[in-house]
Amino acid sequence: MRLTEEEKAMAAGEIGQPIKWAMEHMIQVGRQFDAQDLVTVSQAHMMGDPESLGPAGVDFLEGLVSNGGKVCIPMITDPRGVDLSYYKELGQTEEMASLERRLIAACRALGILMTNTCINYQTISAPVLRDHVAFGDTGVVIYSNSVLGARSNFEGGPSALASGLTGRTPRYGLHLDAKRQGTMRFTIKNQPKDLTDWGILGGIVGRLAGSYWQVPVIEGVENTPTSDDMKHFGAAMASYGSVPLFHIVGVTPEAPNLAAVFSGTPPATRTIVEEDYRSFKEVFDARGSKVDVVVFAAPQLSLLEMSTLAQLLDDRRIHSKTAMIVCTSPSVAADCDRMGLTQRIEDSGAKVLRGTCFYQQFAREMGEANGWRRLLSNSTKIVNIISGYGYQPSLASMEQCVESAIKGEIV
Amino acid sequence: MSKVLKCHVGIGQKVRGRAMVASDNFSARYDLDRIKGVFSRPAHKLYGQSYVDRILVLNTAKGGVASAWMLHEMKSRGMAPLAILFNQTNTILAQGAALAGISLCDGFEAGDITQIIHDGDELSVDPESGVVEILGTDTD
Repeated sequence: MRLTEEEKAMAAGEIGQPIKWAMEHMIQVGRQFDAQDLVTVSQAHMMGDPESLGPAGVDFLEGLVSNGGKVCIPMITDPRGVDLSYYKELGQTEEMASLERRLIAACRALGILMTNTCINYQTISAPVLRDHVAFGDTGVVIYSNSVLGARSNFEGGPSALASGLTGRTPRYGLHLDAKRQGTMRFTIKNQPKDLTDWGILGGIVGRLAGSYWQVPVIEGVENTPTSDDMKHFGAAMASYGSVPLFHIVGVTPEAPNLAAVFSGTPPATRTIVEEDYRSFKEVFDARGSKVDVVVFAAPQLSLLEMSTLAQLLDDRRIHSKTAMIVCTSPSVAADCDRMGLTQRIEDSGAKVLRGTCFYQQFAREMGEANGWRRLLSNSTKIVNIISGYGYQPSLASMEQCVESAIKGEIV
Repeated sequence: MSKVLKCHVGIGQKVRGRAMVASDNFSARYDLDRIKGVFSRPAHKLYGQSYVDRILVLNTAKGGVASAWMLHEMKSRGMAPLAILFNQTNTILAQGAALAGISLCDGFEAGDITQIIHDGDELSVDPESGVVEILGTDTD
């Protein structure tokens, strides 16, 4: 890998141990993907919940702090694993909370802004076209790459941190024009009608793509999707296929037409019809079953989703044997408090969590502590993730989720 | 008789151990009970099996970014795989292997390694040279 004189000094440890670690990490990862050099990035976003880091990861962060580590570009965080204002009630332990507190203290000492959100592109500072960034959370990356035209690989916490410390990332994958060209082609024959449909469509495409190195190109989308539509579409595609970039012809900025994303003859297209949605959804169908917990999360809800949910819950009470968890970012939660949305949602018996996301909250232990098995959500992403944590997931629209929570069984 | 498989230069140290093979994908968050050290996702082909100290041989990485921290956490408790071989890795598993010091290789010249390597095979993995050697076969 070609390094500048400054980068060579950084790698040699002349600017301290944290920078040396970051450079070594990036050189190792860069070599794996044949990166020729490093590229400067404008922001970093780090996934880092205490469940994933464990005590060893928190020790690692504290080690960087004690060696004088400081980020040199704006660096923000993905959701936390513990909402410190509401964790005992969820059956989360003091041990989990204290690990979270240590993690937060270490991040702050490194100069990281604790935004605790996976919807930073809707709430904090959206990157712009051709903006090189180092983002974690696959939903954040796929949205930023696809909808905004920014440039990021999936950066796990350690790599995002290396970028935060150095202001750089290895130039490979989606930082290169050639890797952003389409590799597969899909034509939509059945228009998605709501957020869940968009999630299902993302899941269908993601499953068919099935690789980080595929770039699906979608045609036939008749109506301009909303930001929340794209959020659910991308999050599901990334979850099912580990896909970091898609193009929608006539919608996303790098795909004004088919020729812009395929050099030469485009590949044959795969049509997606109503039956594809039906068969995708079938395995998550558990109508008539008792529902233990209804979850709105993954990604965190935008202000507009919070408003829709408040309207659906107005003057209604959820079933005494069913819990409802609503996860949003701290900044959206503050807006919801001010606008009265939090109150309206919680008057139904639901709980709004701030700066967390359900599946990042020690989901296995939380499920066991509360006796939660059957989980219902409108998020195609979370129903994909959560079965490994011992849940039986079901998928329905936001409206059906609310009706099911009120009845205590899936409608 | 041993068989030598050339691959892309990988991450981590040279290791030797037994293969655990499936034509399936991998995420530490989606697929594992990391406390017990077993595959816990019912739909996974290795469901119920312990991955601790095995050389996982799988198709590709899937899902989210959490595996990048999780491999390090698993290694700290001695509950990690010895190495991971993919037909093709994604960025996250490579980053996670780098932090954790778990050996990882991908990009094999001979084709689909989930077909070439068999469950239980004794392997030597040398990421620095980009070579995996099948030292002995446990099956047939």
